[in-house]
Amino acid sequence: MAEANAIAKGKKENKSNSQLMGVWIRLKKNRLAIFGLVILILLILMAIFADILAPYGYDEQNLQNTFQTPNLEHPFGTDEFGRDILSRIIYGSRISLQVGIIAVGIAVIIGGFLGAVAGYFSGKVDNIIMRCMDVLLSIPQMLLAISIVAALGNSLANLMIAVGVSSIPQYARIVRASVISIKNQEFVESAKATGSNDLRIIFKHVIPNCLAPVIVQATLGIGLAILTAAGLSFIGLGIKPPTPEWGAMLSGGRMYIRDYPHLTLFPGIAIVVTIFAFNVLGDGLRDALDPKLKQ
Amino acid sequence: MIKYIARRLLMLIPVLLGVTFIVFTMMYITPGDPARLVLGESAPEEAVEALREEMGLNDPFLVQYFNYMKNLIVHRDLGISYVTRQPVMQEIVAAFPSTLKLAGSAVLFAIILGIPIGIISAVKKYSIFDNVTMAFALIGISMPVFWLGLLLILLFSVKLKMLPSSGYASFKHMILPAVSLGAQSVAIIARMTRSSMLEVSGQDYIRTARAKGQKEGTVVLKHAFRNALIPISTSVGLQFGSLLGGAVLTETIFSIPGIGRLMVDSIKMRDFPLVQGSVLVISVAFCIVNLLVDLYYAYIDPRVKTQYK
Repeated sequence: MAEANAIAKGKKENKSNSQLMGVWIRLKKNRLAIFGLVILILLILMAIFADILAPYGYDEQNLQNTFQTPNLEHPFGTDEFGRDILSRIIYGSRISLQVGIIAVGIAVIIGGFLGAVAGYFSGKVDNIIMRCMDVLLSIPQMLLAISIVAALGNSLANLMIAVGVSSIPQYARIVRASVISIKNQEFVESAKATGSNDLRIIFKHVIPNCLAPVIVQATLGIGLAILTAAGLSFIGLGIKPPTPEWGAMLSGGRMYIRDYPHLTLFPGIAIVVTIFAFNVLGDGLRDALDPKLKQ
Repeated sequence: MIKYIARRLLMLIPVLLGVTFIVFTMMYITPGDPARLVLGESAPEEAVEALREEMGLNDPFLVQYFNYMKNLIVHRDLGISYVTRQPVMQEIVAAFPSTLKLAGSAVLFAIILGIPIGIISAVKKYSIFDNVTMAFALIGISMPVFWLGLLLILLFSVKLKMLPSSGYASFKHMILPAVSLGAQSVAIIARMTRSSMLEVSGQDYIRTARAKGQKEGTVVLKHAFRNALIPISTSVGLQFGSLLGGAVLTETIFSIPGIGRLMVDSIKMRDFPLVQGSVLVISVAFCIVNLLVDLYYAYIDPRVKTQYK
């Protein structure tokens, strides 16, 4: 009997493991997604070990050495203040990843909560929340982010808030849709029958079961958030110099594009590679998590 | 159909009220004293206070909002710019056509290029054409508008000297801005077209069409594409919103005097009425485009129409 129980327990553990394993196995088959994952891991390592990896400080000026084209000493060249572009890009990965992850974090937490409440309670609450989301959605995201930064003032924190708040409605919509499809299933009913309260049901049963689309959207969303933040910095509404933000670097290099295009080339490549990695990983996760494609 | 249109138009009213409220609130909480801004740092405190009273800045928030809305609805007046002292509406009306032209040509470019690429990729799945275009599409969706714009200027204006890098006077001037603004949408629309064409092509009615001996071209264009159009048109509509946002960046790069640049400039000058007005007008444009997409949606998908019979 004890043995049978142990086997049953083992099977149960296996089951939750095997779900994750199944996703991982399907993801592994997607070479492009793995490529994206590898790039992201490298980027994260680059951000963590920026102090060790960067050959120079990000604000180390050398006015005798301005506008150097790429050479052995400065692989990506130097900018108008003689700062090493490679080092600035390496430090810039910290800012970009931070902005992307925190902004999406804000959006997922607030948007997810609103969406879950709207979907779970339906009726009036749903109507009020979703009409508010409709209003937010009818201002193009970039403009909403610009207006928020304009109202709060330029700083790293405000940039993250602006990008995060402007993407709340997307997550609210996604979570609401999956909550609606989940809340009428039997396991939610049985939780209700055993006396769980609404909050417990939402957090313990409903949210974990609608994570898949949120994970996919968040992965793609981090890329989008980095792009929006870079765009804001590019028009001078994001992070101020000398902080090495990729969009701000592009904006600074723009004036010298005729003579020194390397100032704009390398930060741009950094942005494209990062967004690309998040996009292919997000696509891969979507395919791996989609039960329709499981067979 | 008329009932459907009327319903959708009515739904627009609360949304637009909400948008004005959000935008107004955001500008209201922005630090800085508009009256001081208008008169300059050296103006005496009494003059600033008098102007504050005149501009209604001492009124409670809701009163200010109500007055703003009253002016907007009754007089179609968005206030006076703090910097140029011109009516905001006049400045926006002057700038709006350039933005519309830019976003419109970008959408057109995206549709003309994106949809055929998507169809061909779906029909010739896993061919060289499919692989190459989809690889480009993947890079395309990761490409920041502003970087692509700079690269295009570098290549076509600086190196090849073929196209102008700024201005908006002629067709030639619009090529680079429209291409850089539309490129991401080309990629998104091409991917969307390909995947919805592939989804549709597995359906029974496609097999039926083939079985009854329909020409392949007819099957693809009439049976498959028409059904695939529904998700495609939604994504085109959504694209228009991000294009209006992206126009802010494109206008900055190519020095196009559109509403996006007007907005960025007025943020830097802390010219709130102009910021408010620009955001409002772009959002209204976005809502109208979405409405048109939804109506078109009802037109191509009879299932939507019948709900409102």
